Amino acid sequence: MSLFNVFNIAASALTAQSQRLNVVASNLANAESATSANGGPYRAKQVVFQAIPLNGAGLSQGAAVVVREVVEDPSPLRRVYDPRHPAADRDGYVTYPNVNVVDEMVNMISASRSYQNNVDVMNTAKTMMLKLLTLGQ
Amino acid sequence: MIGKLEHAFDDFAVALKLRSYRQQLLASNIANADTPHYKAVDIDFGQALHQALAGSALRTTHPRHLTANNSGPFGVAVLYRTDVQGNIDGNTVDMDRERAQFAENALRYETLVRLLNVEIQHLKAALRTQ
Repeated sequence: MSLFNVFNIAASALTAQSQRLNVVASNLANAESATSANGGPYRAKQVVFQAIPLNGAGLSQGAAVVVREVVEDPSPLRRVYDPRHPAADRDGYVTYPNVNVVDEMVNMISASRSYQNNVDVMNTAKTMMLKLLTLGQ
Repeated sequence: MIGKLEHAFDDFAVALKLRSYRQQLLASNIANADTPHYKAVDIDFGQALHQALAGSALRTTHPRHLTANNSGPFGVAVLYRTDVQGNIDGNTVDMDRERAQFAENALRYETLVRLLNVEIQHLKAALRTQ
Protein backbone atom coordinates (compact mmCIF):
# COMPACT_ATOMS: atom_id res chain seq x y z
CA MET A 1 0.00 0.00 0.00
CA SER A 2 1.37 3.36 -1.09
CA LEU A 3 0.63 5.18 2.15
CA PHE A 4 2.98 2.89 4.07
CA ASN A 5 5.70 3.81 1.61
CA VAL A 6 5.13 7.47 2.51
CA PHE A 7 6.24 6.55 6.03
CA ASN A 8 9.35 4.79 4.73
CA ILE A 9 10.31 7.74 2.53
CA ALA A 10 9.71 10.36 5.22
CA ALA A 11 11.56 8.26 7.81
CA SER A 12 14.59 7.98 5.54
CA ALA A 13 14.58 11.76 5.15
CA LEU A 14 14.35 12.24 8.92
CA THR A 15 17.36 9.99 9.45
CA ALA A 16 19.35 11.77 6.74
CA GLN A 17 18.51 15.25 7.99
CA SER A 18 19.35 14.40 11.60
CA GLN A 19 22.68 13.03 10.41
CA ARG A 20 23.25 16.33 8.63
CA LEU A 21 22.43 18.16 11.85
CA ASN A 22 24.90 15.90 13.64
CA VAL A 23 27.65 16.94 11.23
CA VAL A 24 26.77 20.61 11.73
CA ALA A 25 27.00 20.16 15.50
CA SER A 26 30.37 18.46 15.11
CA ASN A 27 31.66 21.30 12.91
CA LEU A 28 30.45 24.03 15.26
CA ALA A 29 31.81 22.25 18.33
CA ASN A 30 35.20 21.83 16.67
CA ALA A 31 35.42 25.27 15.08
CA GLU A 32 38.49 26.01 17.22
CA SER A 33 40.03 22.53 17.49
CA ALA A 34 43.62 22.98 16.37
CA THR A 35 44.36 19.28 16.86
CA SER A 36 42.21 16.24 16.14
CA ALA A 37 42.41 12.45 16.20
CA ASN A 38 44.61 12.32 13.08
CA GLY A 39 47.10 14.84 14.51
CA GLY A 40 46.30 17.74 12.17
CA PRO A 41 43.61 20.35 12.71
CA TYR A 42 39.94 19.39 12.39
CA ARG A 43 38.46 19.77 8.90
CA ALA A 44 34.84 20.78 8.32
CA LYS A 45 32.67 17.86 7.23
CA GLN A 46 29.66 17.82 4.90
CA VAL A 47 27.12 15.09 4.17
CA VAL A 48 26.27 14.04 0.60
CA PHE A 49 22.67 12.95 0.08
CA GLN A 50 21.65 10.35 -2.44
CA ALA A 51 18.20 9.35 -3.70
CA ILE A 52 17.54 5.59 -3.49
CA PRO A 53 14.61 4.32 -5.60
CA LEU A 54 12.17 2.33 -3.47
CA ASN A 55 12.30 -1.44 -4.14
CA GLY A 56 14.84 -0.68 -6.90
CA ALA A 57 11.94 0.13 -9.22
CA GLY A 58 13.29 3.19 -11.01
CA LEU A 59 11.52 6.45 -10.42
CA SER A 60 8.03 4.93 -10.49
CA GLN A 61 7.82 4.28 -6.75
CA GLY A 62 9.46 7.47 -5.58
CA ALA A 63 12.79 7.62 -3.83
CA ALA A 64 14.03 7.49 -0.27
CA VAL A 65 17.09 9.48 0.71
CA VAL A 66 20.28 8.27 2.38
CA VAL A 67 23.58 9.85 3.33
CA ARG A 68 25.96 8.44 0.72
CA GLU A 69 29.14 9.70 2.37
CA VAL A 70 30.55 12.30 4.69
CA VAL A 71 33.18 14.35 2.88
CA GLU A 72 35.80 16.65 4.32
CA ASP A 73 35.87 20.25 3.14
CA PRO A 74 39.04 20.66 1.02
CA SER A 75 39.16 24.44 1.38
CA PRO A 76 42.33 25.93 2.96
CA LEU A 77 42.68 25.94 6.73
CA ARG A 78 42.70 29.14 8.73
CA ARG A 79 46.15 30.30 9.91
CA VAL A 80 46.47 32.58 12.92
CA TYR A 81 49.67 34.13 14.28
CA ASP A 82 50.02 33.05 17.93
CA PRO A 83 53.62 32.09 18.85
CA ARG A 84 52.71 31.18 22.45
CA HIS A 85 50.29 28.45 21.35
CA PRO A 86 51.73 24.93 21.84
CA ALA A 87 50.62 23.92 18.33
CA ALA A 88 52.35 26.90 16.67
CA ASP A 89 54.76 26.07 13.86
CA ARG A 90 58.29 27.44 13.40
CA ASP A 91 56.98 30.78 12.07
CA GLY A 92 54.59 31.17 14.99
CA TYR A 93 51.41 30.34 13.06
CA VAL A 94 48.69 28.05 14.41
CA THR A 95 46.49 26.22 11.87
CA TYR A 96 42.83 26.29 12.81
CA PRO A 97 39.91 24.36 11.20
CA ASN A 98 38.27 25.66 8.01
CA VAL A 99 34.84 25.74 9.65
CA ASN A 100 32.74 28.66 8.40
CA VAL A 101 30.32 29.38 11.24
CA VAL A 102 27.88 31.30 9.03
CA ASP A 103 27.68 28.41 6.55
CA GLU A 104 27.09 25.99 9.40
CA MET A 105 24.27 28.08 10.88
CA VAL A 106 22.55 28.27 7.46
CA ASN A 107 23.00 24.53 7.07
CA MET A 108 21.51 23.97 10.50
CA ILE A 109 18.40 26.02 9.76
CA SER A 110 17.96 24.29 6.42
CA ALA A 111 18.26 20.84 8.03
CA SER A 112 15.78 21.80 10.73
CA ARG A 113 13.22 23.05 8.18
CA SER A 114 13.55 19.92 6.06
CA TYR A 115 13.10 17.80 9.18
CA GLN A 116 9.89 19.64 10.06
CA ASN A 117 8.58 19.25 6.52
CA ASN A 118 9.04 15.50 6.68
CA VAL A 119 7.41 15.26 10.10
CA ASP A 120 4.41 17.07 8.58
CA VAL A 121 4.38 14.59 5.71
CA MET A 122 4.24 11.71 8.20
CA ASN A 123 1.45 13.36 10.16
CA THR A 124 -0.62 13.91 7.02
CA ALA A 125 -0.14 10.31 5.93
CA LYS A 126 -1.20 9.13 9.38
CA THR A 127 -4.37 11.27 9.24
CA MET A 128 -5.21 9.85 5.81
CA MET A 129 -4.83 6.29 7.02
CA LEU A 130 -6.94 6.92 10.12
CA LYS A 131 -9.65 8.41 7.88
CA LEU A 132 -9.53 5.31 5.74
CA LEU A 133 -10.02 3.14 8.83
CA THR A 134 -13.34 4.85 9.54
CA LEU A 135 -14.71 3.60 6.21
CA GLY A 136 -18.15 2.01 6.45
CA GLN A 137 -18.85 3.03 10.04
CA MET B 1 -27.56 -8.16 -8.06
CA ILE B 2 -24.74 -9.45 -5.87
CA GLY B 3 -22.40 -9.08 -8.85
CA LYS B 4 -23.39 -5.45 -9.21
CA LEU B 5 -22.84 -4.79 -5.51
CA GLU B 6 -19.44 -6.35 -5.77
CA HIS B 7 -18.34 -3.76 -8.31
CA ALA B 8 -20.20 -0.80 -6.81
CA PHE B 9 -17.02 0.67 -5.30
CA ASP B 10 -14.50 -0.25 -7.99
CA ASP B 11 -14.11 3.28 -9.32
CA PHE B 12 -13.55 4.60 -5.82
CA ALA B 13 -10.91 1.97 -5.24
CA VAL B 14 -9.07 3.00 -8.40
CA ALA B 15 -9.21 6.69 -7.50
CA LEU B 16 -8.07 6.05 -3.91
CA LYS B 17 -5.20 3.92 -5.11
CA LEU B 18 -4.06 6.64 -7.52
CA ARG B 19 -4.37 9.32 -4.84
CA SER B 20 -2.26 7.39 -2.35
CA TYR B 21 0.23 6.62 -5.11
CA ARG B 22 0.51 10.31 -5.92
CA GLN B 23 0.95 11.03 -2.22
CA GLN B 24 3.91 8.68 -2.25
CA LEU B 25 5.55 10.50 -5.15
CA LEU B 26 5.02 13.89 -3.49
CA ALA B 27 6.47 12.56 -0.22
CA SER B 28 9.49 11.42 -2.20
CA ASN B 29 9.89 14.92 -3.65
CA ILE B 30 9.73 16.51 -0.20
CA ALA B 31 12.17 13.96 1.25
CA ASN B 32 14.66 14.63 -1.53
CA ALA B 33 14.48 18.42 -1.37
CA ASP B 34 18.21 18.57 -0.53
CA THR B 35 19.48 15.73 -2.72
CA PRO B 36 21.75 16.88 -5.57
CA HIS B 37 20.52 16.01 -9.09
CA TYR B 38 17.14 14.75 -7.86
CA LYS B 39 14.34 15.60 -10.31
CA ALA B 40 10.86 16.15 -8.89
CA VAL B 41 8.24 13.71 -10.24
CA ASP B 42 4.46 13.70 -10.39
CA ILE B 43 1.58 12.21 -12.35
CA ASP B 44 -1.11 13.91 -14.40
CA PHE B 45 -3.95 12.80 -12.15
CA GLY B 46 -6.83 13.49 -14.57
CA GLN B 47 -5.21 11.59 -17.37
CA ALA B 48 -4.07 8.81 -15.03
CA LEU B 49 -7.58 8.28 -13.67
CA HIS B 50 -9.07 8.31 -17.16
CA GLN B 51 -6.51 5.74 -18.30
CA ALA B 52 -6.95 3.55 -15.22
CA LEU B 53 -10.77 3.50 -15.53
CA ALA B 54 -10.59 2.78 -19.25
CA GLY B 55 -7.95 0.10 -18.66
CA SER B 56 -5.93 1.42 -21.58
CA ALA B 57 -2.51 0.85 -20.03
CA LEU B 58 0.41 -0.51 -22.00
CA ARG B 59 -0.19 -4.27 -22.14
CA THR B 60 2.40 -6.98 -22.49
CA THR B 61 1.03 -9.90 -24.49
CA HIS B 62 4.30 -11.77 -24.75
CA PRO B 63 6.75 -12.67 -21.97
CA ARG B 64 9.58 -10.94 -23.84
CA HIS B 65 7.73 -7.67 -24.24
CA LEU B 66 9.38 -4.82 -22.41
CA THR B 67 7.39 -3.14 -19.67
CA ALA B 68 7.38 0.61 -19.24
CA ASN B 69 9.86 1.16 -16.44
CA ASN B 70 8.66 4.57 -15.33
CA SER B 71 5.07 3.61 -14.69
CA GLY B 72 3.08 3.23 -11.49
CA PRO B 73 -0.12 1.27 -10.80
CA PHE B 74 -2.40 0.80 -13.85
CA GLY B 75 0.58 1.70 -16.07
CA VAL B 76 0.33 5.37 -15.17
CA ALA B 77 3.18 7.38 -16.66
CA VAL B 78 5.39 9.14 -14.12
CA LEU B 79 6.47 12.55 -15.38
CA TYR B 80 9.22 14.95 -14.41
CA ARG B 81 8.13 18.33 -13.18
CA THR B 82 9.21 21.35 -15.22
CA ASP B 83 11.23 23.49 -12.86
CA VAL B 84 10.54 27.17 -12.24
CA GLN B 85 13.73 28.01 -10.39
CA GLY B 86 16.29 25.27 -10.81
CA ASN B 87 18.89 24.81 -8.10
CA ILE B 88 22.57 24.99 -8.94
CA ASP B 89 23.01 21.39 -7.76
CA GLY B 90 20.54 20.08 -10.37
CA ASN B 91 17.68 19.60 -7.91
CA THR B 92 14.24 20.65 -9.20
CA VAL B 93 12.16 20.37 -6.00
CA ASP B 94 10.20 23.55 -5.28
CA MET B 95 9.22 23.05 -1.63
CA ASP B 96 6.28 25.51 -1.68
CA ARG B 97 4.71 23.81 -4.64
CA GLU B 98 5.30 20.32 -3.28
CA ARG B 99 3.79 21.22 0.08
CA ALA B 100 0.74 22.76 -1.58
CA GLN B 101 0.22 19.74 -3.85
CA PHE B 102 0.73 17.40 -0.91
CA ALA B 103 -1.92 19.16 1.17
CA GLU B 104 -4.33 19.29 -1.77
CA ASN B 105 -3.85 15.64 -2.55
CA ALA B 106 -4.46 14.67 1.08
CA LEU B 107 -7.65 16.73 1.13
CA ARG B 108 -8.93 15.15 -2.07
CA TYR B 109 -8.13 11.71 -0.65
CA GLU B 110 -10.21 12.47 2.42
CA THR B 111 -12.99 13.77 0.18
CA LEU B 112 -12.99 10.48 -1.66
CA VAL B 113 -13.18 8.55 1.61
CA ARG B 114 -16.12 10.68 2.72
CA LEU B 115 -17.95 10.24 -0.60
CA LEU B 116 -17.37 6.51 -0.40
CA ASN B 117 -18.81 6.52 3.12
CA VAL B 118 -21.93 8.27 1.86
CA GLU B 119 -22.25 5.67 -0.88
CA ILE B 120 -21.97 2.89 1.69
CA GLN B 121 -24.64 4.54 3.85
CA HIS B 122 -26.96 4.66 0.81
CA LEU B 123 -26.47 0.97 0.15
CA LYS B 124 -27.02 0.16 3.81
CA ALA B 125 -30.25 2.19 3.78
CA ALA B 126 -31.45 0.32 0.71
CA LEU B 127 -30.67 -3.05 2.30
CA ARG B 128 -32.40 -2.31 5.61
CA THR B 129 -35.80 -3.84 6.20
CA GLN B 130 -38.46 -1.52 7.47
